[in-house]
Amino acid sequence: MNKAESERAADASAHQEMTGAEIVVQALRDNGVEHIFGYPGGAVLPIYDELFQQDNVRHILVRHEQGAGHAAEGYARSTGKAGVMLVTSGPGATNAVTPLQDALMDSIPLVCITGQVPTTLIGSDAFQECDTVGITRPCTKHNWLVKDVNELAATIHEAFHVATTGRPGPVVVDIPKDVQFAKGSYTPRQTAPRTSYQPQVQGEMEQVKAAIALMAQAKKPVIYSGGGVISAGTEACHLLRELVDLTGFPITSTLMGLGAYPASGANWLGMLGMHGTYEANMAMHDCDVMVCIGARFDDRITGRLDAFSPHSRKIHIDIDPSSINKNVRVDVPIIGDAGRILEDMVRLWRATAKADKSALKPWWTQIDIWRARDSLAYRPNDDVIMPQYAIQRLYALTRDRDVYITTEVGQHQMWAAQHFGFDAPNHWMTSGGLGTMGYGLPAALGVQIAHPEALVIDIAGDASVQMTIQEMSAAVQHNAPIKIFILNNQYMGMVRQWQQLLHGNRLSHSYTEAMPDFVKLAEAYGGHGIRCDKPGELDDAIREMISIDKPVIFDCRVAALANCFPMIPSGKAHNEMLLPDEASDEAVANAIDEKGRQLV
Amino acid sequence: MNAQLQPTGSAYFITKETESNERRTLAVLVDNEPGVLARVIGLFSGRGYNIDSLTVSETEHEKHLSRITIVTSGTAHILEQLKHQLERIVPVHRVVDLSIIADQRGHDRPMERELALVKVRGRGDNRVEALRLAEAFRAQVIDANTEHFIFEITGRVSKIEQFIAIMTPLGLVEVCRTGVAAMNRGPEGM
Repeated sequence: MNKAESERAADASAHQEMTGAEIVVQALRDNGVEHIFGYPGGAVLPIYDELFQQDNVRHILVRHEQGAGHAAEGYARSTGKAGVMLVTSGPGATNAVTPLQDALMDSIPLVCITGQVPTTLIGSDAFQECDTVGITRPCTKHNWLVKDVNELAATIHEAFHVATTGRPGPVVVDIPKDVQFAKGSYTPRQTAPRTSYQPQVQGEMEQVKAAIALMAQAKKPVIYSGGGVISAGTEACHLLRELVDLTGFPITSTLMGLGAYPASGANWLGMLGMHGTYEANMAMHDCDVMVCIGARFDDRITGRLDAFSPHSRKIHIDIDPSSINKNVRVDVPIIGDAGRILEDMVRLWRATAKADKSALKPWWTQIDIWRARDSLAYRPNDDVIMPQYAIQRLYALTRDRDVYITTEVGQHQMWAAQHFGFDAPNHWMTSGGLGTMGYGLPAALGVQIAHPEALVIDIAGDASVQMTIQEMSAAVQHNAPIKIFILNNQYMGMVRQWQQLLHGNRLSHSYTEAMPDFVKLAEAYGGHGIRCDKPGELDDAIREMISIDKPVIFDCRVAALANCFPMIPSGKAHNEMLLPDEASDEAVANAIDEKGRQLV
Repeated sequence: MNAQLQPTGSAYFITKETESNERRTLAVLVDNEPGVLARVIGLFSGRGYNIDSLTVSETEHEKHLSRITIVTSGTAHILEQLKHQLERIVPVHRVVDLSIIADQRGHDRPMERELALVKVRGRGDNRVEALRLAEAFRAQVIDANTEHFIFEITGRVSKIEQFIAIMTPLGLVEVCRTGVAAMNRGPEGM
């Protein structure tokens, strides 16, 4: 439906008498929703009945409400639109809590509609009752319990507005079952938002000028960009690239920000932080001007706070005023939308700053020395597949495709971030802030629904993937040919790595003794299974995976004890990285063993 | 680089808070809608901030606006965060740190008043003494029989604290306090 048509439809539906369930579906349509992810239950049956009788909004049935949430997150992150989930009361709502908090921490616009027991039963411990707005209050940007059907439409419109504007985030609209049955009037979408919610989008010009002045004098600058640039849209990403080109500054990015600046770009330093590259972290530590755009100085980024980039003046661009000075004191805060501010910066830089890129030459020389350290190197192996090698081959063999990557959480996630190059925004979906194991498979489903022709790969770990493996069934049902590429080392690899580093190599419960046969599992779900354990056969196996037009589980057996480096050990600063050649698997195990023995 | 391979003890960086705490009075203007108070106080409990006193009432009926007065304490850094976090709540219109404004205007602190109801039970000398002291504190008797008084007292927090302290040995039964209501001196609004 085009815009004019939808406006006419909205006019026609204005102030009509409808049931609450009809209002929900109409409001979804008016907010441009084409797909929703959900799971039916007693308290949402009227809405499901309404969905059944129309074709405009397509419902994707998942197998667990958490899957619906992550699928909606993947959908949102890959399209820039709000993701929508629909779940029932009680357990439906409590199962939605994990994706809601995940979306809150990663600033993903997510609209969650929950059924609730009838208003007359609220508070009576009714069947499948829970205090949904109470439980979800701290894990949403805002939430509503709608007790009057006449307020339902306006509330849903407001929910979409709050979820998608300012710093995006999750919202919950809780609708009691009697409100879904009741008849009331439909209010069309209005542009005038409530007065108390007015996110600042335009940056203060004086602050932008101060930032440009600081940047123009910088001898050792670095741009540190984050997921906020991607949330600000593709135009913001273009402007970021333009700013990098104009200034000649090196750029690094957080896990959430990968793809905003292309990994193939000349000024790219790689990801920063705990498992970031040596050059990125050293540049952050030694820089004299830091330009942070849409990132929030997370503890996985900064390392030891009192040793974080000690000699730099810091510029921080963020749409959320509470992000400013939260963890790190900054010199020039600019509050607003990253895209608008980047536009001002690019214009101002062109107008005022003399782009003398040769002044940065010594800095680039230093960066090249750090780069030569080759911090992502690993020891190749002809007998077993190194996990890094598997990611590199996956990247090499999918470069000619429109490929979207999701991940679970753990070592495989970090290896994917390190070794898969992202050249475009919105193509990398991962759980950054909350670190939710089980995110990747349902997220891939959501991405595939949004982009049916694309190649969507969930780079998974054997432990994480089992947290939401049931969504394989949803993928088969909805003809979503997602590829689940499991780096199978039989361990919770990241847990084991920390046990090796911090807990005397006592591998407490981080080994999975009874691993399912993933090939048979794929076949049982009606998908396709592939197993590969030889480096020489990997390329052909990956090609086979790509060629199959249905969901595939790829059981990639990798070196069991490989660890993820480089790494900033906890309590250390950026310039105290543990590099792979200093931290071979044996060295880590042995060094800790001796220390561990002393401790015990 | 060359970090020593040694157990560092934790997956997080644990530092000691060394800054000293300050006391602040915040005025928070919010839409008076269901759950708004839970959002505000939930922020305090969820993020580990302190509430020393809390006062809420609708102050502008036609606009459905409520004013929440919160007395809190924390380090300067935490208090700055707290203000921004409060402003982030969707139905919150404004957050004003009254203590900072008072300081900027050269005042010691904002005008702060509290009301308390104090019930005292007793006979004989204690009863006479309680009434005499209540007069000295300008407390009103709002209920009494031959065995008890209920006093209504208004004033600064310190005055109320003192009144309660001296009533304790005279037969204090119960106390109800409103929490602090505050605004700044001068003709300007919040």
